[in-house]
Amino acid sequence: MSAALTAWVEGLGLLGPGLSDWPAAAEVLAGRAPYAPRATVIPPLNCLPPAERRRTGKVVRLALTAGLEAVSRAGASAATLAAVFSSSGGDGENCQEICQVLAGPERQISPTRFHNSVHNAASGYWGIATGASAASNALCAYDASFGAGLLEALVQLRVEETAVLLIAYDADYPEPMRSVRPIPQAFAVALLLTPAARRASLARLAVELSAAPAEELAEPQLEALRAEVPAARSLPLLSRIARREHGAVVIDYLETLRLRIEVSPCP
Amino acid sequence: MKPLALTAFTATSCLGRGLDATLTALAAGRTGLAPCAFETVRLDTWVGEVAGVDDERLPPELEEFECRNNRLARLSLRQDGFEAAVEAAAARLGGARIGVWLGTSTSGILETELAYRRRDAATGALPADFRYRGAHNTFSVAAFVRRALGLEGPAAVISSACSSSAKVFASARRAIEAGLVDAAVVGGVDTLCLTTLYGFHSLQLVARSACRPFDAERDGLSIGEAAAFALLERPPESLAADAVLLLGTGESSDAWHMSAPHPEGRGARAAMTQALAAARLAPGDIDYLNFHGTGTASNDAAEARAVAAVLGTRLPGSSTKGATGHTLGAAGGLEAVICALSLRHGLLPGGVNTRLVDPELEVSYLLESRRAPLKAAMSNSFGFGGSNCSLIFGRAG
Repeated sequence: MSAALTAWVEGLGLLGPGLSDWPAAAEVLAGRAPYAPRATVIPPLNCLPPAERRRTGKVVRLALTAGLEAVSRAGASAATLAAVFSSSGGDGENCQEICQVLAGPERQISPTRFHNSVHNAASGYWGIATGASAASNALCAYDASFGAGLLEALVQLRVEETAVLLIAYDADYPEPMRSVRPIPQAFAVALLLTPAARRASLARLAVELSAAPAEELAEPQLEALRAEVPAARSLPLLSRIARREHGAVVIDYLETLRLRIEVSPCP
Repeated sequence: MKPLALTAFTATSCLGRGLDATLTALAAGRTGLAPCAFETVRLDTWVGEVAGVDDERLPPELEEFECRNNRLARLSLRQDGFEAAVEAAAARLGGARIGVWLGTSTSGILETELAYRRRDAATGALPADFRYRGAHNTFSVAAFVRRALGLEGPAAVISSACSSSAKVFASARRAIEAGLVDAAVVGGVDTLCLTTLYGFHSLQLVARSACRPFDAERDGLSIGEAAAFALLERPPESLAADAVLLLGTGESSDAWHMSAPHPEGRGARAAMTQALAAARLAPGDIDYLNFHGTGTASNDAAEARAVAAVLGTRLPGSSTKGATGHTLGAAGGLEAVICALSLRHGLLPGGVNTRLVDPELEVSYLLESRRAPLKAAMSNSFGFGGSNCSLIFGRAG
């Protein structure tokens, strides 16, 4: 890579097991509060019109909640932001319902189930909820989905010189898919990334491809979350931001490639 | 944007395997659509099925990726010297400097649909031979292609429904411009499955016979399957006159509805306008438009309005979905390759099956294929969730 890809983090949003928002997660990740995992609580979405709200599943609510938090903490306007959504499995409950119906005698899928089955469903509802009409992407890279989303956002930010909202999210499948893809809990993280420092900037990131091993987390239950949920592969990076520590961190990406991220907290 | 060269490209669809079969069918105005006889599907509709996909077997070292989608990917990779071109690029640039960005909407979900019929009666468990990672997961096709081509650079699948494999061109060109990679394998692969056949049927968007985009009597889309690939690189010092370049990309969101387009084509206009700006071209510089043109009443009407507003009403264009069917997540890639063929051979493909162009649609829709020299062509791809992408390709000389 010719030069590191850089960005400033202007806002963060997070929702996970026992982690209700970014400030709560930051306390845990910085070691200032104990980690007490319990089932992820996904709040209702008030930003969608009632008809659309009824059609959304928990995965869309998960992604949008994290995204709205990041935008709100940065004091930004969602309507003008480019967005990158990245998820390993999308809406597993919806997929399960469709596969069950298709295995039965009638095969009558609900139209709402079908349009919710696209991997960019969260991106579509995000546009409806916020009026965002800029480019929006929907990525998947299996366990590398967070890293792939981060690279996509950083490259877009560099080339288009625009702020980009990254939302990485994964939710648990119901059985029987859960047994073949055991993601235990829903987790989403959103980072509002800007090409230059702003008043509310939290940290500067400089990202390079690396072959070094990914950092693990000392707290065993947080490490389990990192290892089990693709979007939570972001946790070592988020921990560094929460601790306001200078220095490099390596996070997981593809099997033979990792991302080395130099984190510089803003004063 | 800085133009990139398509140093190799290929496509396989119901029109045939590789570029020669595709070009011959397009020039002749032949459709590859036929009454649906896929799997156990009992729907009164036509589909664009690729012959012999399941005769293709992946080599033993790639067995973990076995599914119809990856079989079609491999079948397509082996046409037109594409694998050899990527191998040569990897020898020149290093395999770690070549990225893979591919589009798909349904990946290998057919395997999952079939596995759900074989669940354990007592426990409900999926059969032991079900492959989640290699077949079902949306990333499967990019992981497979990266491994099959021996590449070691960044990779992702873009899955934004029917704009997926148009958007990969935008992502890859940014990655090259930012220096993340020096070249990229881009494209799209989508295969027939029950989810899309019964799903579009549930939305009452499926045509009863072969789809007729822009026809006054159009009654919906026909689903097809395809795999299309291109190798994107910075242009070499000297380019052959018939070399094809990616000149512009534009992306937008409708922010309107999950499965219906904005009635005035608001997002489509933004995508086309951005692509023109990126290519530094005026609307009059475009010689041919490959419409998204699915053949549904509302999609074609919204696109016609958007095209008339941005490009005027005299630009010759056609939807090639009457020939190939709507190949969903592969459509952007397939139609990019069709634009590349059009530029290389000076062919404007006529819209197959369409008999009487809807007088409500103010576009210059081509009913017959025509030979004329072309300098620049645009391809539109619009998907569920209001995801829009327009691409502009040009001829080097």
